[in-house]
Amino acid sequence: MKARHKRLALIISGVALVALAATLILNAFRSNMVFFFTPTQVTKGEAPKSGSFRIGGLVESGSLQRDSDGLTVHFVVTDTVQRTKVTYQGILPDLFKEGKGVVAQGKLGPDGAFIASDVLAKHDENYMPPEAAAALKQAKENSTKTLIVPK
Amino acid sequence: MKIMTGINWFKYSSPPAFYPLAGLLIPWFYTLATVFAAVGLYISFAVAPTDFQQGEAYRIIFVHVPAAWMSMFLYLVMATWAGFGLALNARLSHMMSQALAPTGAMFTLLALVTGSLWGRPMWGAWWVWDARLTSELILLFLYIGFIALQASIDDPRRADRASSLLALVGAVNVPIIYFSVKWWNTLHQGASISMTSAPKMAITMLTGMLMLALAFWMYSIAVALVRVRCIILERERRADWVRQLVEVKF
Repeated sequence: MKARHKRLALIISGVALVALAATLILNAFRSNMVFFFTPTQVTKGEAPKSGSFRIGGLVESGSLQRDSDGLTVHFVVTDTVQRTKVTYQGILPDLFKEGKGVVAQGKLGPDGAFIASDVLAKHDENYMPPEAAAALKQAKENSTKTLIVPK
Repeated sequence: MKIMTGINWFKYSSPPAFYPLAGLLIPWFYTLATVFAAVGLYISFAVAPTDFQQGEAYRIIFVHVPAAWMSMFLYLVMATWAGFGLALNARLSHMMSQALAPTGAMFTLLALVTGSLWGRPMWGAWWVWDARLTSELILLFLYIGFIALQASIDDPRRADRASSLLALVGAVNVPIIYFSVKWWNTLHQGASISMTSAPKMAITMLTGMLMLALAFWMYSIAVALVRVRCIILERERRADWVRQLVEVKF
């Protein structure tokens, strides 16, 4: 084994060791590194009960209600398994929509509803022209129709 | 294979042979970068359609994603050169990694700034401490650390060894950035382009983005070659072949 082969082996094993250490550390911190909790985690009590945290999921379709003051909104965040009610007073981001992703910062109220101080919109990784989106929606509606109609 | 064996590639691992070769290649890479950038920008702004949910604001993706790709890729290339430099004790390898660092740092900063400008209208926040954004910020610190460490040690050989070690250890961060959106809940969306599934964007959008990614590649190669030529001149200034160069003699 030449000296340079030895050094190469040393470097490769060194990098592998560091990678292994990083993997173990990140695994150990996994639960502490989440940006938000899902409604399922909140229902299970995994989210902080008194402190502030973030909740994330989809805005349930048809759940958005606006109070008469025009600023206070109520909606339901769902991960399709559990649902959490959220109240927020303020301006919603442009991308905030029913059926789309949302991340809200705040804390749980006494009734188990989430009182948000900040609402962020979380968009997905799909990019397409509006016509394509409309066509996709159309196709989806048609396929569900044909699924229900034949009996 | 004949062409490959016909040229002694190892010849170019010595600075006197590499210096003129790099000089010959630079204009070609600059030209390619300009062509790809022109085509890419035309597609991005004139051909690619408006997005169904983000409107026109999504167009920042054409700079943001290629810049983020380059920031990660250049770090891996830099760390690989650093590893070769340590293992083979090759001067030119260290010079290459030193030459790549500022470009990598520039692309990291570009990705962070464009991301911030995009995040404000879309998410509603300039900055959030989620795993993707935080690990990309750490990448910027690693680049800056590498440059600073290199500059702070006077003896170039010791500077090379110290900074190469930092580059190699920091390489762990790159897969963390890449997979952060898979491993943890993040505000940042997942990857639109991946090895395992079809691209999740319209084909013209994808073409524009890939053209700009190619332009960034060509630009990175060109400036790295310019920079490595400067580093060669600086470090080999006492060598005879440098003294005999036309551009040095005066």
